[in-house]
Amino acid sequence: MSAVLNSLIHHQSDVDTQHRALRFLTAGSVDDGKSTLIGRLLFDSRAILADQLDTLEKRAAGAPIDLSLLTDGLEAEREQGITIDVAYRYFATRTRKFIIADAPGHEQYTRNMVTAAAGSDAAVVLVDITKLDLEQAEVTLLPQTRRHSLLAHLLRVPSIVFAINKIDALVHPAEGYAKVSRALRQFAEEAGIEVKAIVPVSALRGDNVTQPLESNWYQGPSLLQVLESLPTVQEKVEGRLAIPVQYVATNGDGTGHQPRTLWGRIAHGQVQAGDEIQILPSGQKARVVEVRKAGSTVAQVVAGESAGVLLDRQLDVSRGDWIVTPDSAQPTNAFEATLAWLDTEAAQVGRKYWVRHGNRWVQARITAIEHKVDIHTLKEAEAHELAVNEIGHVRIETQQPLPVEPYAANRVGGALIVVDPTTNRTSGALLVR
Amino acid sequence: MNAPVNLEKLLPTVDHRHLDHLEEEAIFILREVAASFERPALLFSGGKDSCVVLRLAEKAFKNRVVGNEFSGRLPFPLLHVDTGHNFPEVIAFRDQRVAEMGERLIVGHLEDSMARGTVRLSHPLESRNGHQTVTLLEAIEEHRFDCLIGGARRDEEKARAKERIFSHRDSFGQWQPKEQRPELWNLFNTRIRPGEHFRAFPISNWTELDVWLYIARENIPLPSLYYAHERPVIRRKGLLVPLTEVTPPEAGESVETATVRFRTVGDMTCTCPVESEAANASEIVAETLTVTISERGATRMDDRTSEASMERRKKEGYF
Repeated sequence: MSAVLNSLIHHQSDVDTQHRALRFLTAGSVDDGKSTLIGRLLFDSRAILADQLDTLEKRAAGAPIDLSLLTDGLEAEREQGITIDVAYRYFATRTRKFIIADAPGHEQYTRNMVTAAAGSDAAVVLVDITKLDLEQAEVTLLPQTRRHSLLAHLLRVPSIVFAINKIDALVHPAEGYAKVSRALRQFAEEAGIEVKAIVPVSALRGDNVTQPLESNWYQGPSLLQVLESLPTVQEKVEGRLAIPVQYVATNGDGTGHQPRTLWGRIAHGQVQAGDEIQILPSGQKARVVEVRKAGSTVAQVVAGESAGVLLDRQLDVSRGDWIVTPDSAQPTNAFEATLAWLDTEAAQVGRKYWVRHGNRWVQARITAIEHKVDIHTLKEAEAHELAVNEIGHVRIETQQPLPVEPYAANRVGGALIVVDPTTNRTSGALLVR
Repeated sequence: MNAPVNLEKLLPTVDHRHLDHLEEEAIFILREVAASFERPALLFSGGKDSCVVLRLAEKAFKNRVVGNEFSGRLPFPLLHVDTGHNFPEVIAFRDQRVAEMGERLIVGHLEDSMARGTVRLSHPLESRNGHQTVTLLEAIEEHRFDCLIGGARRDEEKARAKERIFSHRDSFGQWQPKEQRPELWNLFNTRIRPGEHFRAFPISNWTELDVWLYIARENIPLPSLYYAHERPVIRRKGLLVPLTEVTPPEAGESVETATVRFRTVGDMTCTCPVESEAANASEIVAETLTVTISERGATRMDDRTSEASMERRKKEGYF
């Protein structure tokens, strides 16, 4: 038996992103059934163990267990019956592993949703069908459905899925599903959102969550089947190289004789011995003589992995610098960005903040707020500051030039965080335009 | 737990290639700690999670020479808070591993805190598990550590699921769940003021199964307690309480010998083994795939007292 398992768990190093866990966030308001849906996914995929279930059963005292209680982890959350902060949940099926970023759904949701969306591969937007007027010829979507999807779209979450929940509460589910799907598709088309799937579910009963719905009106995939099929964010392996230098190891072999190893996770491209590279911002050029991965020398390291790079000459390189294909990047100290503000203290034009781009911290200021974005409609409005949960288009000036890239083209080169120098709070997220 | 394992059924589910991504992420986090902080330390108890983190640290910072042997030294010391109630096998293993690897180990003794008067027990056999927070914070202060690397996983417990990978602690060492810094992309905000520190959790996104898969794949040495062995135990409230000098039988209880292994090794006063025949990491992988009780539920006496016990202890500075 152990021989079989040993052969099975033999190390393989092929990069296959299907084996990477799919990170997704769930969006939806209080009472839309978000916690119940997550509880259902965990329960049906058997991520809930007997003792955890036992706690729920005791609390239910004879009534059906409340799956939503699985996800409220903090005392204050249980006291108030709301979710305060993002929590991460794990479950796996036979073909895939998943990480759910469980973000709170109440009114002050934006900052939490921004946190959950950054780095997510997909968003599941929950639509509570019982809150919609299905008598109308054209169904009007609720504002929060529009907000959640627009926000996910604005943050460029790659895959957006709608889950139409509480389908069990309808007398004519087929008709309701068709009408709401039509409204969702029309809204998505107007907003330029690509919809990956619209899935009817009952989180409470478990219909079409992990088990396909057996009905004559829906033959599509279950929510879980959709999630199993979605791609994870793929780093670009082809084309020019960009590595933000994370850590410079000076004593790689413990003797001090080994040349310095420059470690960093490759943002895009690949690197191998013999490559000519350039260091930013100094502009010095060198040739790569050896490439390492974890403890050993390898032929090549590709985007998404951390590479250890040894150069043919001793250059002044430190954390925060970039290793790039020569003459491929043009650092700048002024750029335009989408700014999502997360701090209770409003964003101010002219005030100095810390920003982090790649592994570099630099001082920066907002030189102008072009406008703020109404996240109900994506319409632009005039603004002089950005309050908590607001999103705007801004101009940024940094104290040193940074090799920024549009976020749409590259997440690593296009993402920055803003930190308040007084409180050290993470105050904002910048997405380069 | 001893139900026969149908391997044919399990095989398709035991895919380990996701471990490459988890390893990649953990190494990235460890290098981030080394690059961002002046005086970090790695919490090493000899337990399985900290053994995994230690192996990841070796991969992040050392050159592998032959097979599993790494050369060089980690850029930070190891730290252990010893309650004085640890299993002797674990302490022996800890010291042996540290000596083999040539690393520096700092031990904070809870008994020193008791001597100082900063820890007071209400009765001699009281669990010291909760009290180790005091000793931990004293060690942080004494050595001026600004980041402690820990092996906590989010799948362990609900309060852990809420904690950031880089978890900010104020000057009292406290975790403030409502004041957590948002964690966006891999752009960690590690800025601190003097007196504050961070806890960093490189294996946050790992599950118990991932840990065992990795131990099996990397052939990571562990204390013998983790594998099936015979031990005198007392059956109490659904748990198998190991017979030790600090956990004697109560009136009317009888001691029996059982074949057990530990899923987690902590303080002797609150850690229980489970019945198992699994004698190596691969067999534990197979067993973990069919297990129906959570790691803490099966093994911890102290977490059962309140749903919020972990959260409360973390707020006080527990790791």
